[in-house]
Amino acid sequence: MSIEFLLGVWFFLWALLWAVYFILDGFDLGAGTLMPFIAKNDDEVRTVYNASGPFWDGNEVWLITAGGVTFAAFPVAYSVMFSALYAPLLMLLFALIFRAVAFEFRSKIDDPKWRKLCDAVLFFGSFVPALLLGVAFANLFMGIPIDADGIYHGNLLKLLNPYGLAGGIFFVCIFCMHGALWLRFKAEGDLAERAGKTAHIMWYLVLTLVIAFLALTDYYTFILDNISEAPVIYIFLVLAVVALLGVRFYMEHGKSPISAWACSALFILGLVLFAVLGMFPNIIISNMDPAFSITVYNGASSQLTLTIMFFVVLCAVPLVICYQAWVYWVFSHKVTAKELASDHAY
Amino acid sequence: MDVVLLSRLQFAVAVFFHFIFVPLTLGLTVLLAIMETAYVRTGNEMYKRMVKFWGKLFIINFVLGIVTGITLEFQFGTNWSKYSAFVGDIFGSLLAIEASVAFFLESTFVAVWIFGWDKVSQKTHCVAIWLVAIASNLSALWIILANGFMQHPVGYVIRNGRAELENFFAVLTNPYAWGQYFHTISSGWLLAGFFVLGISAWHLLRKNEIDLFKASVKFAAPFTLVFALAVAVFGHHQGNNVALYQPAKLAAMESHWETTTNAPMVALVWPDQENGKNAVEAIEIPGLLSFLAFNDFNAEVKGLNDFAKEDIPPVLTTFLSFRLMVGMGGLFILLAFLAWKKREDLASNPLLCKALTYAIPLPYIAIMAGWMLAEVGRQPWIVYSLMRTSDAVSPVPSSSVAISLLSFIVVYSVLGILDIYLLIKYARKGPQPAPAAESESEEGVA
Repeated sequence: MSIEFLLGVWFFLWALLWAVYFILDGFDLGAGTLMPFIAKNDDEVRTVYNASGPFWDGNEVWLITAGGVTFAAFPVAYSVMFSALYAPLLMLLFALIFRAVAFEFRSKIDDPKWRKLCDAVLFFGSFVPALLLGVAFANLFMGIPIDADGIYHGNLLKLLNPYGLAGGIFFVCIFCMHGALWLRFKAEGDLAERAGKTAHIMWYLVLTLVIAFLALTDYYTFILDNISEAPVIYIFLVLAVVALLGVRFYMEHGKSPISAWACSALFILGLVLFAVLGMFPNIIISNMDPAFSITVYNGASSQLTLTIMFFVVLCAVPLVICYQAWVYWVFSHKVTAKELASDHAY
Repeated sequence: MDVVLLSRLQFAVAVFFHFIFVPLTLGLTVLLAIMETAYVRTGNEMYKRMVKFWGKLFIINFVLGIVTGITLEFQFGTNWSKYSAFVGDIFGSLLAIEASVAFFLESTFVAVWIFGWDKVSQKTHCVAIWLVAIASNLSALWIILANGFMQHPVGYVIRNGRAELENFFAVLTNPYAWGQYFHTISSGWLLAGFFVLGISAWHLLRKNEIDLFKASVKFAAPFTLVFALAVAVFGHHQGNNVALYQPAKLAAMESHWETTTNAPMVALVWPDQENGKNAVEAIEIPGLLSFLAFNDFNAEVKGLNDFAKEDIPPVLTTFLSFRLMVGMGGLFILLAFLAWKKREDLASNPLLCKALTYAIPLPYIAIMAGWMLAEVGRQPWIVYSLMRTSDAVSPVPSSSVAISLLSFIVVYSVLGILDIYLLIKYARKGPQPAPAAESESEEGVA
């Protein structure tokens, strides 16, 4: 395989892995963020927990895989990105750690105060990662101050610039819509209805933010100029927009609530592919000097590693998707009262 | 403090805390799989309750293992970026393979196992725990192949200022890594064996659920004995690997200063690194060190004074970790043998029961000591003889690392205490009562 081909494929896979991670962890992060606002009693709170119950753990592995693949395919980019984003990444990790503890240990100590604490932790542990991922990716789109040696000359506050914050809010809203649609699918009764109403509101917010964020992206970044050189990438934006309209359509007319959620998943897929592929060939854009940017050409692994890893991923990932799909199918039922009463429920 | 030391401390905190949870997962999943197979084969409901009881403890342990593992992967980028850029071509791919072929399998099927009791068939449920057991042990293989590359780099070529992959097969068959793997796996299985024995002994002494815990002991006792012996055998083999590939580590772990043939093993030693000798040295067994290291009483063992000063690891830490690990290893064989001999009626020997319960933390300490030896003994190298630890660190301000290190210590201490509290609580609580005696599932409401 030619190196050109490998680099292109790996960049695409890199974008795809992040998209899959956002689709999967997106709904449980969104559901956790919404929980304090839509769950009115302990049963409803537990329904939110159990709606993500068998999934959140497998979903987070996509983050590990996205991180691992960045490390394997683009080690230079990995080392610069992770050390530059030191503070937000560690905050993300702590948030995810606490969230996992809330999931797993809430039902294990029978004390209302403990449960309240866990619920607060689940909220922050879901909201903070959603926000930080948005801030981090917006900053990557815009470029971060790295010098010729890949040394970062910024700080946490510099990441919280208007465009970064807009990215954070955008991610939170997308995840909330996605999570609301998931709850609408998994919950019953009042909670499902409330989740549906929330998804409605979120849909309008997301639609507005898509337009606003595109405008901001045009103003703050050169992604759209970059894409004009390869207009085929606009297909993914079209996919995102159609899927977003599909969310609305299927919320009204869908036979099963899963169809609206599936559209929302396609929306995330389209949007992430559009934006990340729009950076090509850059992985980390330097806003000090474009010559300092880390691209697939100066940040990738050797041809041999890329080839071996290509075959590993080609075999492993479809298999993973198959068995995870099976697990989603096995646990696609509603979270019922009987379900909540079983001894393995959260 | 400088950024190298802070980063090392942070990595030590992160990896040690992570590795509190991993060994139990490695071994207990296998024991659970064996127990559940027995249930599926016999249909004996007691086995099911047994699996559920040990399974609960496994789950409490498992979750912290997962999330603290994410931290570790990210640490290479956040704190060791120079290292990541230097070896990413090889090291990064091993981590990525681990995630895509093993970790996914483990965390997906663990959900099937936890939540699937009445969603999938008995057989599928049993297959799920086997998959979790296989995947977690497979995951350990990839991680240790990655660590093995740091200990004994193979299959690489230095090109473009970094270590690039030249021979993937050599990386996969790294003899040092495989030695480490079998030693690590058997130590995890041994730890899980003692975990089951210790808790069962506690209940047997109090005459709780006698049948269930007797059965647990019957599963765990031979298992523990086999792996107590296996740890020692693989450990000896790994000692040979160290002698062959990391002579400075060997000399440091034995506190051996002068190059000699027919090198003795000294029973009582206290190293004095400053002056390049031992402050205390008594009771020599001639030739034993040569024999243990190279299977030859006359072999030459290189002493620390023949290495450049800047290539010598911290001797005292390396030496003490090794002695601690080996000493405990001997104790484990003895305890496991006694438990195996008395497996039919453990309760008749209250002293042994108590010893087994108090022994639960010991394999944890031994394993920590083993990793201390492996990692501190590798210093000053991050990749043995290729890259120094001091050259590997990220260009981040030491204040950032100080803050994150402090956060790690605080957060992990809280989580550690919480986890131990829950493990003890649920271990003491014992299994769910048998269905006939069950009035109302009290936990279901929780």
